[in-house]
This record gives sequence, C-alpha cells and structure tokens, in this order.
Amino acid sequence: MSTAAASPSRRSLLPGFRLTMGFTLLYLCLIVIIPLMTLPVRSATMTWEALWGTVSDPRVVASYRLTIGASLVAASVNAVFGLIAAWVLVRYSFPGRRLVDSLVDLPFALPTAVAGITLTAIYAPNGWIGRFLEPYGIQVAFTRVGITLALIFIGLPFVVRTLQPVIEDLDVEVEEAATSLGATRFGVLTKVILPYLYPAWLTGFALAFARAIGEYGSVVFIAGNMPMRTEITPLLIITKLEQFDYAGATAIALVMLLMSFFLLLAINVLQGWTTRRLAN
Amino acid sequence: MSVHSTDRRPSQPVRHLSEPPVVRWGLTAVALAFLALFLLLPLVTVFLEAFGHGVRAYLAAVAEPEALAALRLTLLAAAIAVPANLVFGVCAGWAITKFEFPGRNVLTTLIDLPFAVSPVIAGMVFVLLFGRQGFLGPWAAEHGVRIVFAVPGIVLATIFVSFPFVAREIIPVMEAAGTQEEEAARVLGAGGFQTFFRVTLPNIKWGLLYGGILSNARAMGEFGAVSVVSGKIRGLTNTLPLHVEILYNEYAFQAAFAVASLLTFLALVTLVVKTVVERRLGVASEETRPEAAVAGTG
Repeated sequence: MSTAAASPSRRSLLPGFRLTMGFTLLYLCLIVIIPLMTLPVRSATMTWEALWGTVSDPRVVASYRLTIGASLVAASVNAVFGLIAAWVLVRYSFPGRRLVDSLVDLPFALPTAVAGITLTAIYAPNGWIGRFLEPYGIQVAFTRVGITLALIFIGLPFVVRTLQPVIEDLDVEVEEAATSLGATRFGVLTKVILPYLYPAWLTGFALAFARAIGEYGSVVFIAGNMPMRTEITPLLIITKLEQFDYAGATAIALVMLLMSFFLLLAINVLQGWTTRRLAN
Repeated sequence: MSVHSTDRRPSQPVRHLSEPPVVRWGLTAVALAFLALFLLLPLVTVFLEAFGHGVRAYLAAVAEPEALAALRLTLLAAAIAVPANLVFGVCAGWAITKFEFPGRNVLTTLIDLPFAVSPVIAGMVFVLLFGRQGFLGPWAAEHGVRIVFAVPGIVLATIFVSFPFVAREIIPVMEAAGTQEEEAARVLGAGGFQTFFRVTLPNIKWGLLYGGILSNARAMGEFGAVSVVSGKIRGLTNTLPLHVEILYNEYAFQAAFAVASLLTFLALVTLVVKTVVERRLGVASEETRPEAAVAGTG
C-alpha cells in the first residue's frame, strides 16, 4: 500500500474532517487547555521572590517530601507484588482466577472517598486490622504508613495491567531455547524473562507513582493531616484555597503540574519502549 | 469481533515450562494474599459497616433527603458529562484516525492531559477561572451567573476529570477498523452521516460502551476536583462522594458507609460490565489494555 496514494484519497473520500477536528479542538481548549493555562498565567503575576518564597516554605517542602516519598514506596511495593500478581494471573491456573482478575480494577472503579474511609476503618486503632496492631504500639492510620497504604491501593492496578499483556506475549520458544541450552528455571526467569519485562514494569511503576503524587481523596481520611508530618501537597493546596490564598495555592499547584508533565513525558517514552518490545 | 476473542486470556497456562510446584503455590499464595488484603478486605468492610446497625438504619441513611439530593446531583453531573465526553470521543476519534495531519501525536497527548493532573488542580483551575478573584469572576458576577460553588462548576470539573476515557478507548478501536469500509460506503453513494451511523458506529459500539462505562465511573465517583469547586452546601452542591465525607467527618460512620455502599455497588456494576465488554472487544481490547490501565485513574 503506497501512503502517497492512500493519504489524498482518504481526504477526498471521507467527509467531516473540519467538523470533527473543529469540535475536538474547541472542546479541548474550553475544558482543558484554557482552564489549565490559568495556572502559569496567574503565577506570572507573582514576583519571583513571592513565588519562590511560597514553594520553598518549610511546610510546603515537608509536604513534597512526604508526597514523593510515600508515592515512591507505594509504587515500589506495587512493582514487586504487581509483578507477582500479573505472573500468577497469566501463567498459573487456580479456581476463581477470572474473578480475581476482574477485581484487580476495583481501585479504578471505586470512588476515592470510599476507599479513604474504608481503609481508615480497617487500620484505625479500633479497626479490623488496627486493633491487632495497637497492642504492639504499631499505629497505621493517621501516620505516614497509612498514607502509603492508601497510595498502594490506588496504584495497585497499574503494574498488573501493564505487565499482563507483555507476559501473555512472551515467546515460549525463547524459554524453551534457554532451557534446552542448559539454563535453570531461575536462570530463565531472571536472565531471559525479567529483562524482557523491564520496559512494561517501569511503565507500570511510573504510572502508579504519577497517580500517587496527585492523589487526594483516598489519602485525606487516613492521613491525619498534621502540618510538617502527615500533610500531603494536594491537601496543602486545598488548605490555601480555603484561606483564599489563591497566589500560594497557584504556586504550589504549578510545581505539582511541572512534576506531572515531567512524569507524563517519561511515561510516554517508556510506553514507546514497551510498544516496540511488543512489536518485535 | 474476531475468532481470537475467546482466547483473550489463555485458559490453558503454559505447563511444560513452569516453575516447580512449591514455587507456583508460594507465588500464588503471595499474590492472592496481597490482593485479598488490598482489594477484598476493603470491599467486604464497606458492606459490613454499612449494614452494621441493621437494614433499617441502612435504608434510613440512604433515603435521607440530603442523601437523595446528593444522589440527584451526582446523576445530573454524570448525565451531562458522559454524553458530552462520548460526543467528544467520537469526534476526536474520527478526526485522528480517519485523516492524516501534522501534530496528530501532540493532539493525543493533549487529550491525555487530564489523567496527569491532580484532581485537586483540576478543580482549582475552575476556581481560578470563575471564582470571585478569578479571571472571569467579575464578568460572571455582573451577569448573575454562579459557576464556582454551584452546580455548573461541579459539572465542569466532572467533565474535566472524566474527559479522556472515551477518546482513549475509541481511538485504538477506530484505528484497528481502518477506513476501507467507510470509503466503500461513500463510493456506493452513502452520505456522511449515513456512513457514520451504518458503518462506523456498529464497528465501535463496544469500544464506545467501554469508554462510556469508565467515564461514568469516574464522573460519579470524583471527589478531589468536585470537592474544590463545590463549596459543599448540603442539599444543594453536595455530590454522593462529598456527602460521604460530610457524614464521616460528623462521626455518622454507619450513614457514611451506607451511602458509600451505593457508590461501591456502582463500582461493582462497572467492573462486571467492563469484564463483559472486554470479552466482546476481544482482540481490540488486547491492544488497548495498557491504555486501559492508564485510562483508569478513577
């Protein structure tokens, strides 16, 4: 098929390019681009000193540390258990596998506020699990551990769902070849299969991390929300908004937005890498 | 639809090359324990807490006027946001997959943008735009239009967060379908709309349903973005997730979980429909699975 011939014929044959493209751009601008542009425009009205003063305030910096740290830990836990779960769900058979597989999407479907109050009910000192931890002096709810648990919950599907199609796609012949050449099963897993999974694995990790950075609903209930200690950055933005400190909120939001852009870029690169792996 | 749709998830695992049984059982146990702790336990907890004081208390909490008002607002916001996003998704899909133009990749990246943005920021930008100190705030006040801390703001924030789902699901499906069938219909004399409704729509209906379901789940469940623009006026600008928060913060735990159970039920319905549609989508969903994962920032 020659693209030179296909391209103009497409244009002449199918109608509606102007209409659909026009509507797409209009809708995109009205709903996404123009609203998001308010952030850089608004912060451009601030002086550099005021902007820097806000985003480098110790309370704000503590919230970045907590948000990024807890998100990293949560994404790492998901990377480890998500890899095991994806492997088990694709490769092994056990009763109820399809049901478990469907349930993996629960964190996508369950409203974050519901997840938040439920996790708090489970891990509060008088909660289902919390009451067994309390005698040992372990507190989960209203601490950083609780925040991390909530972030594990909301990031759980990402690693599993990005790894599953790649594991399904694994070429059995490569495993057979490695085995017949004398590799042990452990050797095949770590030297052949795992390297093949790296791009998708990293993508899943990055997606879970990016999601956790901006998460609000599932975290606020279990966090305790103590300034400097258990206050996440999105909550700090809300606090500033409620005090009508729009400039402060804008400055912090801009930092978060930049982080998200950077992550989106990284994820795009990783996904390109994954797709190329799948294509080969 | 294709012959591959039945073996999307291989029901016969590869047996001749596998780990020793002990390792298999060990890994399965670890995976199931992890999923039970993080998925099953919360699910069970919601319903046990909701019915903890009996069915009568449950019904009372759910049928309370403020809960019903919140339910109405949630349904209203979703009823506006989901169709709007469906129309957008189809338009974007048509423009992106049926034509070639420069900046195609930039456009698809821009459509994904709301996924990358924190829900709090998604709500906040509308406050910056329409709030009292906002860019269009004075204009809105002059014309007596209330957007922020009122229903229009909630609808806007809902559209924003549920925006990419349909387009994301529909683009790979349309891409896979190609343009030949539409071109044939045109050559045979079909009009533009006739071509779309008779040829394109039947090809993309499952993808459309899939995207609509995901978009709806997000629209009804959104908390962060809506919480910023709502102002949380009980009975007026309270959605179901916000109502859960208010009840919870007032220590009305049983009532909070009763309302939360409605949303959990919605989530379960979403999962069931999603599973069914995924099977129907067959191979097409195979290709979109990584995207589906990205899409699901619920």
